[in-house]
Amino acid sequence: MSTPAAGRGPMTRLLAALGLSGRALVIAVPLAWLALFFLVPFLVVAKISLSEAAIARPPYTPLWEWEGLRVTLFLNFENYAYLWRDALYLDAYLFSISTAFISAAVALVVGYPMAYFIARSPEPRRTLLLMLVILPFWTSFLLRVYAWQGFLRDTGVVNGLLTGLGIIDEPLRLLQTNFAVYLGIVYTYLPFMILPLYATLVKLEQDLLEASADLGARPVATFLTITLPLSVPGMIAGFLLVFIPAIGEFVIPELLGGPDTLMIGRVLWNEFFGSRDWPVASAVAIVMLLVVVVPIVFLRQIQAHAEERVK
Amino acid sequence: MRRGLFLPVVCTLGFVFLYAPIVSLVVYSFNDSRLVTVWGGFSTRWYVQLFTDPQILGAAWISLQVAAISATLAVALGTLAAYVLTRFGPFRGRAILTGMATAPLVMPEVITGLSLLLLFVAMEQIIGWPGGRGMTTIIIAHVTFCMAYVAVVVQSRLSGMDESLEEAAMDLGARPVRVFFDVTIPVIAPALVAGWLLAFTLSLDDLVIASFVTGPGASTLPMIIFSKVRLGVSPDINALATIIIAVVALGVVVATWQMRRSMRGRRTS
Repeated sequence: MSTPAAGRGPMTRLLAALGLSGRALVIAVPLAWLALFFLVPFLVVAKISLSEAAIARPPYTPLWEWEGLRVTLFLNFENYAYLWRDALYLDAYLFSISTAFISAAVALVVGYPMAYFIARSPEPRRTLLLMLVILPFWTSFLLRVYAWQGFLRDTGVVNGLLTGLGIIDEPLRLLQTNFAVYLGIVYTYLPFMILPLYATLVKLEQDLLEASADLGARPVATFLTITLPLSVPGMIAGFLLVFIPAIGEFVIPELLGGPDTLMIGRVLWNEFFGSRDWPVASAVAIVMLLVVVVPIVFLRQIQAHAEERVK
Repeated sequence: MRRGLFLPVVCTLGFVFLYAPIVSLVVYSFNDSRLVTVWGGFSTRWYVQLFTDPQILGAAWISLQVAAISATLAVALGTLAAYVLTRFGPFRGRAILTGMATAPLVMPEVITGLSLLLLFVAMEQIIGWPGGRGMTTIIIAHVTFCMAYVAVVVQSRLSGMDESLEEAAMDLGARPVRVFFDVTIPVIAPALVAGWLLAFTLSLDDLVIASFVTGPGASTLPMIIFSKVRLGVSPDINALATIIIAVVALGVVVATWQMRRSMRGRRTS
C-alpha cells in the first residue's frame, strides 16, 4: 500500500520533500501518542520511585543536579527497601494476588456453564442472551458496586430477606468482609470471563461432537474429552482478563471491603492521596507493574495464537 | 433429565446475579424512605433532589464534555492504530504498537492514573505544558485508554471486511487517502459508532484515572458519586443510576432496531 510520491497530490509531495511517506506518518501518529502517554509515563514513575519525598512542589527530590559540566546522580533505593521491610506492603501484594486468583477462579466456575449454555442456544435466543451479558457493562461500574452495598449491609436486602424468612435471627455481617470483595470482583468482571469463553465454545466444530456421540461416547464423556480441552485457550484468556485488572482494583475493596482489606491498589491510593508520598507510591506502582507484566505478556501470546488460528 | 435442567438453571441464576443489583437501584430510587429495607411508599423526591443539586449537575456537565471529546479523539486515534495493524503488513515498531494498543485494556487503573499524573507534572516542569491539571489532562488520559478499546472493536471489523473493495478502488486509480475515506470508512462505520459509544461510556464511568490526573475545579460525576457513596446511603444516587440505566436501555433498543432495519435492507437490495 506504500505509494511512490512523484506525481501525486500536493500533500504527498510536501511529505516526500521532508523525506516522509504518508504511510510512515499514518503509523507515526498512534505510535507517538501511545509512546508519549503510555510508555514514557512508566519511565517517569521509575525515575520518581528512586527519589526521596520532600516538602516541595512537586513533592520529591531531583534525581540529578548539574554543576557546570558535572552531573551528580542521587539514586535512592530506600523506597524499595522500605516496601520490603514493612510487612504491610508484602502482605498487600500477596493478598491482592490471592484475591484476584480466587475471584477469577470463581468467575470461571460461574461463567463457564453460562457461556456453554449461550453457545449451544438456537440463534435468536443466543444473540439476546449475549446482549444480556454485555448490557450491565454499559451501565456505571461505580453504581453497580454501590448497589451491592445496599444488598449486603446489615439492614440491607439480603439480611432483610433472611431474617424475614426466619432463617437467621441476627443479621449476618456481609459488608466489609473479604467475601464481599470476591463477590464484587466476580460480579463486575463476569462479562470479561463469559465473552472469550463463548467465542471459543461457539467455534467448536459440531462435527467433532457428533462424531464422538456416534462412536458411543456419553455427553459427559464428550464434554470432558473434547469440549473442555478445546476450550482451554478461552478459559485462560477469560481468567487473565479478570485476574490482571483485579490485582490493582481500588473501588471494590474500598466500597465493599473492611478497613483491613488491604489490596495493593488501595495502598497505592492511600500513599498518594493520604500520605502524599509520591516516591513510595511510585515504588508501589513499579513493583505492581512487575507483578502484572508476566500475565499480560502471556495473555498477548494467547490472543496472537488465537488470531493466527482464525487466519 | 437432570442434565437438561442444569444449564438453564445455572444460566438463569447467573442472570439474576447480574441484574438483581441493577433492579434494586431502580426500585429504591422511587422509595420515599431513606432506609433500604423499608418501603415508605412511591415518591419521586430523590429525582427532584438530584435535579436541584448544583454540585451534581455541574459535575455531570463536565463529565459529558470530557466523554464526548475523549470518545471522538479515541475513535480517530484508535481507528488509525487498527488500520495500521490490519492493513500495513510488517513495519518497524509493529510489535511495540500491538503491545501498547492492547496493554491499556488490562492495566490496573491505579498504575495508569499515577503514571500519567507524574508525566504531566514532569512535562509541566520541563516544557511548561500542561499548565496545571483539569479537563485537558483528564481528556488526554481518557483518550489513551479508550483508544485501545476502539482499536479492538475496529480491528475485528477491518479484518472481517472484504478487502477486494479497497483493491478495486485502488485499481481504478484512487489514492490511498481517498480509498480510506470513500470506501473503508463507510464500510466500518458501524464499528466506529460502537467504538465511540464504548469510549463515551468508559470515560463517563472512570473514577480512578480521573481522580489522579484532575486538578482543582474539575470534579467529574464519578468523583461526586464516590464521595457521596463513601458517606453511606444516598437515595439521590439511586435516582441518578436509574436515569443512566434508562438511557442505556433506550440506546440498546434503538441500536438493535437500527441494526435489524439495515440487515433487512441489505437482504432485500
